[in-house]
Amino acid sequence: MSDLATSVAPPLPAAADKIKFYGIWLAVIVALLVLPRVFTSGGSLTTFSLIGISIIFALSYNILLGQTGMLSFGHAVYYGLGGFLAIHAINIVVRNKLAIPLPLIPLIGGVTGLLFAALLGWVSTRRSGTAFAMISLGLAELVASSALILRTFFGGEAGVSANRTKVYRLFDWSFGPQTQIYYLVAAWTLLAIVAMYALTRTPLGRMCNAVRDNPERVQFVGYDPHIIRYLAFCFSGFFAGIAGALAAINFEIANSAYLGAVQSGTVLFATYIGGIGFFIGPIVGAIFVTILSLGLSDLTPVWQLYFGLIFIAVVMYAPGGLTGLLMMHRPLIRAGTLTRVLPSYAVAFVPTLAMITGLMLAIETVVHFTVNPGDDSHIKSFGIPFDAASPYIWTIAALLIVGGFVLARKSWTRVAHAWDEALGSAREKGFAA
Amino acid sequence: MLELIVISTLNGVLFGMLLFLMASGLTVIFSMLGVLNFAHASFYMLGAFFGFQISRWVGFWPALIIAPLLAGAIGAAVERFGLRRVHKNGHVAELLFTFGLAFAIEEIVQIIWGKSPVDFRVPPALDFPAFTIFSTNYPAFKMFMLVVSIVIFIGLLVVLKRTRIGLIVQAALTHPHMVGHLGHNVGRIFMLVFGVGTALAAVAGVIAGPALVTQSNMAGLLGPILFVVVVVGGLGSLPGAFLASLLIGLLQTFAVSMNGSLAGAFGPLSPDYAATWLSDIWNVTIAQIAPIMPYLLLVLVLMFRPMGLLGTRDT
Repeated sequence: MSDLATSVAPPLPAAADKIKFYGIWLAVIVALLVLPRVFTSGGSLTTFSLIGISIIFALSYNILLGQTGMLSFGHAVYYGLGGFLAIHAINIVVRNKLAIPLPLIPLIGGVTGLLFAALLGWVSTRRSGTAFAMISLGLAELVASSALILRTFFGGEAGVSANRTKVYRLFDWSFGPQTQIYYLVAAWTLLAIVAMYALTRTPLGRMCNAVRDNPERVQFVGYDPHIIRYLAFCFSGFFAGIAGALAAINFEIANSAYLGAVQSGTVLFATYIGGIGFFIGPIVGAIFVTILSLGLSDLTPVWQLYFGLIFIAVVMYAPGGLTGLLMMHRPLIRAGTLTRVLPSYAVAFVPTLAMITGLMLAIETVVHFTVNPGDDSHIKSFGIPFDAASPYIWTIAALLIVGGFVLARKSWTRVAHAWDEALGSAREKGFAA
Repeated sequence: MLELIVISTLNGVLFGMLLFLMASGLTVIFSMLGVLNFAHASFYMLGAFFGFQISRWVGFWPALIIAPLLAGAIGAAVERFGLRRVHKNGHVAELLFTFGLAFAIEEIVQIIWGKSPVDFRVPPALDFPAFTIFSTNYPAFKMFMLVVSIVIFIGLLVVLKRTRIGLIVQAALTHPHMVGHLGHNVGRIFMLVFGVGTALAAVAGVIAGPALVTQSNMAGLLGPILFVVVVVGGLGSLPGAFLASLLIGLLQTFAVSMNGSLAGAFGPLSPDYAATWLSDIWNVTIAQIAPIMPYLLLVLVLMFRPMGLLGTRDT
């Protein structure tokens, strides 16, 4: 018996693997510490804080979507409730002069998220797949509409605000300046990432993957998929609550938008665009989407449309997300056959870019005539000035779209051939399954 | 009291039939393609806005025909060039695709028609009170809405029960793979069903547009209720969708017309609690919680009948 057990246990990791593993975490810690020294402006510190919050939120969402295969349209409920409770907690701490420092407040948000996930999750995780998605949507609407009815607790349209600097101080940190908030968010982000990574390595994390892939077989093995989905849901609610509390601390306000469908949609976009197949995917997605939404909103009034189009494009052409796209190339890099694909990428890049430019030109022109029809037709979008009324622009846009589309189709077919060839030889060398 | 019951029943049945116009398409699409079309309410919205624009150009009656055809064509194109591509990546990807589509359609409608409600008026030919019951004038347009939805309902029933294509669709409701094995062009049937389903939603949009508010958030408001209907009725069950549509239609209209609250029933709360959150629950009227009624129903049904009222399939 003991014989079997020893042979089944995985081999201890080699020293090189250990160094690699801990090296990555160490690098992350160093990067988090150094970032505010490199980018010192208040704006970039706010951006980093927002990114940290959305990393926690997206990772918590991926416990559901990526690890357990549950598509939720209402994850913002736990984020928002965590935020509200955190704000109320700050107010209570300030009013009663309790000795609870600000860095512990996110824990209150997390416990709130956990409690509500435990309450609402039992009903919703009974079903999986499409039914679960619809139920999560219904529950989200229920909570969001209730928030507008229960005015004293949720503060109606205006929301509830608090003053984070009045909380009991530890080591004389006032948490007034954004740098201190950045370090608070960074510390919690690191903690949450480590905890959620550890969760994926536990037996529960593995069973979550099993429930995602084959719930029937999980039942045969002797587990109840409902319980496993429920546990995953609770963990996910806990981390979402932490993210919500951090957001509430960052903005010093919580309002009903925290709970709303837009927030739920944003985390879904971030997680899926980043890639749900890898642990790092949601982190990449959170960084990408936060920067994109902050950057695009300065460049164009219809940035949400671009956002939606990017999401549709990812769903259609890159279901693995950004990390999935990158990871696809790993066997090619190892086998050294990547160079065979690169030229065809370069060829395909030109017409694809032309098509996208044409689409953007067309969208911006249409937007000019529908959103502000009376204005001067010489508009500037993405920093490039052009005349929206000129027929040349329309012709160029049409040519770019049609020509780009035809050529892009041809060139992507060539990419596919080159890809097959490169992957084939990588397989021969034994680097790909 | 009797007046309230009669008027609310009429309005409730009307709202329920409108919901069923959409839920029927959604259910058939779900049963055949296995994907719950998240953008279904967006096609309802497209129908309303197309109807508004076309009725400005050529009048309401042509719009009633053209707008659904247009929306149906867009729906068919979405199936042919979008969903069919995504299909190989599984149901989650399909659902996400329609989710992104709903998002994009709302943005596009906002760009073209703006965020504020458009002035979609009842056609003059129907702008008169149909009859008067207990001093309340019931508008003719609402009767027209009721007639249109009932006619389409009967039409659907006849097509499903009496025609060859209906037979295939019915077969696909329960045995989608077998239909493919029998040699039907499944791709074309899917496209057709998707087109017809979205066109039905657009019909609902055209006739509901003048009576309700035609605004870019109408899909976002109605969509969740629509999904509640199909989950409560049982995913993939047409009779269930019909039952749930009427149930939710009646529930919501009756709730809106009722003014009772806990404070009304048990007297005002003692002043000690006036500033606490308890006072919110105590003073809220049934009319105010009408918007969350469908979701409460959803939770109740899920607790006691997780499959939905008439559902049999576990997804």
